[in-house]
Amino acid sequence: MSTGTILIVAGSFFACAVEMVEALTIVLGVGVVRGWRSTLIGAGAAGIVLALLIAVLGPALGSIPIGTLRFVVGALLLAFGLQWLRKAILRSSGFKDLHDEDEAFREEREQAAKAGDERRLGLDWYSFTVAFKGVLLEGLEVVFIVIAFGSAQGHLGLAVAGAVAAFVVVLVAGVLAQGPLSRVPENTIKFAVGLLLTSFGCFWGAEGAGVDWPGDELSLLAVIAFFGLVSFALVRTLRRRHTILVTAGAET
Amino acid sequence: MRYLRSFGRFWWNFIVGDDWRVAAGVAVALALTALLAHEGVNAWWLLPAAVAIVLALSLRSAAERN
Repeated sequence: MSTGTILIVAGSFFACAVEMVEALTIVLGVGVVRGWRSTLIGAGAAGIVLALLIAVLGPALGSIPIGTLRFVVGALLLAFGLQWLRKAILRSSGFKDLHDEDEAFREEREQAAKAGDERRLGLDWYSFTVAFKGVLLEGLEVVFIVIAFGSAQGHLGLAVAGAVAAFVVVLVAGVLAQGPLSRVPENTIKFAVGLLLTSFGCFWGAEGAGVDWPGDELSLLAVIAFFGLVSFALVRTLRRRHTILVTAGAET
Repeated sequence: MRYLRSFGRFWWNFIVGDDWRVAAGVAVALALTALLAHEGVNAWWLLPAAVAIVLALSLRSAAERN
């Protein structure tokens, strides 16, 4: 198995894990307060839609010439990955609040308790729609990453396997913990996934544009190391700036 | 019309996100790389360098806003 393939499995695993943690918080928040039947049907329905998207779009992209596919996928991954990396750097340096699963769980429970009691198709409509939307929206990012990773490298099955493994791990952890997985270092994982998405996007985008990377696939590791160093330097610079701002604010 | 607008907004947020200049910078850098490759210049260094600069500028402006 090549370095690129291992990184693709790792990337889809961690991307899926971190999004699953957020989806789990929503499903738990609604299920605990309003009951499990409609909540789980909503989550399951969203899961089916996501699986269908991968099943239809994944093989369809296989018919596009690899150069064009890598150019388009690379551009999208770069734009998308830089969003993750940018947010993770802002969070690490203190300019953006860290995502708090306990707080999100508390808010979800409060809203679920306040919501009305509308029933449609024999389901508690609030539980169904909130679980459906929550899983679908969190899952769309995973679908995008799995399809992009899988199609550009020609290993859709492995990318799907990485995501399914993460789904199982987070589900089991959620059942065992019986609550939101607040101890998962979400920002660190998002940082790593953002780094991978940006590096793959840069590698494939440039390759699709007609570039020959020196050292071929091995240069992917150099690209990851380069963006890792740049991100580390940016976190340090911004953290210093944030400390100066906080100190100045406390003195006035 | 409302649904069309929300659909467009969803995809804009999904792909472009908080800072449109990042996506624009990436598009320009990719176009330049393709142009140079077409002219026979193997500019493998251009995209990583451009991405690092775009990221740093975007973070600087986000930090200034805060």
